[in-house]
Amino acid sequence: MFKSVIRLQSRLGGVITFCKVFPRHELFRNAMKYSTASAERKRFYQDVSISQGEGGLYEVNLDRKKLKTPSGKLFTVPNEALAIAVATEWDAQKDSIRFYTMHLTTLCNTALDNPTQRSKEQMISAALKFLETDTICYRVDEPPGLVELQRNEWDPVLHWIESRYNVTIGSSSSILGPEIPEGTKETFRQHLGSFSLWSLTGLEFVITQLKSLILSLGMLDRHLSVERAVLLSRLEEEYQIRHWGNVEWAHDYDMYELRARTAAGALFVHLSSESSTIKHKLMQD
Amino acid sequence: MASLSSPLRVCRGILKELRTIQGPSYKQSLAYNYVIDQFRKNKVTGERYCRAQQEAHHASLTYLCLLTSTRNHLALYNLYHGKGERSPEEVAGLVGLRLPTQPGGKGWEK
Repeated sequence: MFKSVIRLQSRLGGVITFCKVFPRHELFRNAMKYSTASAERKRFYQDVSISQGEGGLYEVNLDRKKLKTPSGKLFTVPNEALAIAVATEWDAQKDSIRFYTMHLTTLCNTALDNPTQRSKEQMISAALKFLETDTICYRVDEPPGLVELQRNEWDPVLHWIESRYNVTIGSSSSILGPEIPEGTKETFRQHLGSFSLWSLTGLEFVITQLKSLILSLGMLDRHLSVERAVLLSRLEEEYQIRHWGNVEWAHDYDMYELRARTAAGALFVHLSSESSTIKHKLMQD
Repeated sequence: MASLSSPLRVCRGILKELRTIQGPSYKQSLAYNYVIDQFRKNKVTGERYCRAQQEAHHASLTYLCLLTSTRNHLALYNLYHGKGERSPEEVAGLVGLRLPTQPGGKGWEK
């Protein structure tokens, strides 16, 4: 039996929401835990553990209950490392649960639920569209210190990606940006087509954070470390900080948040796309 | 930081972070055992440039970055982020008043 409750939420500026109160059913209890974003969720579990379910997929257990995604599905990941990392995230919450620090969990939820119903092709075309407005390709004309810095730091990455993928991407200082030839897009489309849906979710996340497809690919190909990629993405900000000084509550906060999200995205893509086997070689003497 | 990239330092860094997160019993946690296993497994390799080893090294650097930056981000958040508004009860309490209660609830509440 469902009861209909009309709640006036003054915090949302007078929006009247219809909310059904479900009976205390296990399935929905964990789904509702994400929905009250404004209320503080206290930590309601003691232990976090992982277990292997059917099909070789790993699940995360909070105390005795299985973790669920916001839409109610069972939370499963294909490999153990990702499950352990998610369990560590949940374990790191003290007293209250802060979802904004749990980047891997958020990414897994997005990949599992796919709330906006995006297909692989949509994601790939969105990523390629971003190439036209890639950060690395946009250069300034002045001040000369910044021009110099951009040339020294961004050009090597451009050359690396051009030689690695055998494409041409120019850089330009006009407002329209560089002309990306079709061949380049085709090469990248083929390369990105080999990624799975999970990896593409992670890649999209990283591109949104770094504002650059080239830096994301450089980081995922292990050419750049996370710190370096974030530094290159924020090059102009770093230049201004060196000139005008650092503001901890804005610059450092942004930088750490960017690093955390980018690292989570990169780890997510790595773990979703790799499978490791150990070959023991006999010592021959 | 070039000095950070040796595997020993990365491993130590990750374990330190785990200790910060989980307190004194971090040695029994899943992540601790997994990390130590992985570092042990990938330590010995025959080739001079082993791709899998480089990949594992990069992954460990990434994970260390994730742990440190979430910790720093949380610290800055607690330090600087706005705490939100007070609830109506607290606001009334600031000046020593209490909100009126209606025993039957207001008209639209149940």
